[in-house]
Amino acid sequence: MAADSTPRIVPTEITPESVYEKRREFLKGSLALALFASLPVQAALPAWRKTAWGRDESPNTWEEVTTYNNFYEFGTSKEDPAKNAGSLRPRPWTVSVEGECLKPRAWDIDALTKAFPLEERIYRMRCVEGWSMVIPWLGFPLAELIKQAQPTGKAKYVEFVTLKDTKQMPGQRWPVLDWPYVEGLRLDEAMHPLTLLSVGIYGKELPKQNGAPIRLVVPWKYGFKSAKSIVTIRFVEKQPTTAWNAAAANEYGFYSNVNPEVDHPRWSQARERRIGEFFKRKTEMYNGYGDQVAQLYAGMDLKKYF
Amino acid sequence: MRPVETGVMAAKDMAFRPVAAPFWSRLSPRTLKVLLFVVCLVPLARLFVLGFSHGLGANPIEFVTRSLGTWTLSFLLITLAITPLRRFTGQGQWLRYRRMLGLFAFFYGMLHLTTYLWLDQFFDWGDILKDIYKRPFITFGMTAFLLLVPLAVTSNDRSVRALKRNWARLHKLVYPAAILAVLHYYWLVKLDVTQPVIYASVLSLLLGLRVWWWWQKRVPAAKAGNAVAPALASRGRQG
Repeated sequence: MAADSTPRIVPTEITPESVYEKRREFLKGSLALALFASLPVQAALPAWRKTAWGRDESPNTWEEVTTYNNFYEFGTSKEDPAKNAGSLRPRPWTVSVEGECLKPRAWDIDALTKAFPLEERIYRMRCVEGWSMVIPWLGFPLAELIKQAQPTGKAKYVEFVTLKDTKQMPGQRWPVLDWPYVEGLRLDEAMHPLTLLSVGIYGKELPKQNGAPIRLVVPWKYGFKSAKSIVTIRFVEKQPTTAWNAAAANEYGFYSNVNPEVDHPRWSQARERRIGEFFKRKTEMYNGYGDQVAQLYAGMDLKKYF
Repeated sequence: MRPVETGVMAAKDMAFRPVAAPFWSRLSPRTLKVLLFVVCLVPLARLFVLGFSHGLGANPIEFVTRSLGTWTLSFLLITLAITPLRRFTGQGQWLRYRRMLGLFAFFYGMLHLTTYLWLDQFFDWGDILKDIYKRPFITFGMTAFLLLVPLAVTSNDRSVRALKRNWARLHKLVYPAAILAVLHYYWLVKLDVTQPVIYASVLSLLLGLRVWWWWQKRVPAAKAGNAVAPALASRGRQG
């Protein structure tokens, strides 16, 4: 992992958004609107620091990241979450850290973002459907929270549960998945320094359609592993039954590490289309994070544990 | 599906009750055909308009491919609806438009295939062949398209005359093509199969009608010549 010595910065010193918006002039025309939308939002997030993660990547635009989402709680098409997520109420919000740990705690979301220093990391995100994006996340390593909770010897896995509330999440009226959405990681995966709990993108609070107010980001796994709008983080002894695995076990494994050599039963995973690019690019093992994470799976048959 | 059922009911009523002549009845068949031709190009025109107005979303290639695919399916279903329309309304004029609609199904299918080969795979033939071989949904889609090729090729009057009775036989290939096309869609969808199920239901209705008519025709024939067991024939009459 790259060490970094960039000093802390306050929100007023944040790189202007136009730097991110290299490829689209989306917000330029609506500067007033952007200011209006970002002022109260930025005030809610404590100061954060930049890191070296993904410095050489060029992030997707705000528009791309916030209008092309898979978030079945708000509908199954990519445009649905941006249209329907308005009903989500990300404040007040409590995240319950519980299960096999010595210090369980119900965290208020704002207390959580104050307790752990926020940092920005630009990660690649590869969807199991064959497309990818580059997103500047704002968050803190999940490991910090786990250390605080002090998992017991029985804690082998960590389970993440998304909010279940049909009023806030109208898509849950249809049993597309067995609600609530549940995801899981092995404890060592959850403790890995790459694994992030994210509360923002582009220096702003997380938009509702991206999983407000807090979501998981596991960049070496397919996107659906990164559970959104989390209400429970639970330490458990047995491997959790995850939502997609329960829906189609032969298609979505528990691990779901990005792997160009293990195809989805119905489509190839060898290549991906980076949103905004014309040509497909080759998909990299562990989404290009192999140097950091390959040792977690040493000796495992990745075709079996896909 | 409910909308289709009510549509059929309305058509049935029209056959028995005199209704005010719709405006298009005053247009010549030729004008109508030209109008229909233009209407059939609207889905394609829409994609161009969206393309130039930044309206294809974050993944335009996927948007275009999906749109062309579902329009291919829609045109296949519309084409297959012509014969039922003719029978329910008792008006043969519907048949005038069937060939054009069928050719539009082929046209959109061809564009759909082109987006896959060109925009999606960029003519990587190795990967394309592997896809056709390994992925059932690609296999089905490709087969459906190949079944439509001879139909498009023999859609001219000369072929109709030359092939005589075999022309109608050959053009029954549209049935397996439509079934494969719907399966192609069903298999592609990740989890929410609502859309493909709607297409499948309409197709089942359209094909079911044909099976029903075929069965109805068979029953009197069986009664006349006593080739089929009487019990079977009476069961058919009751059903």
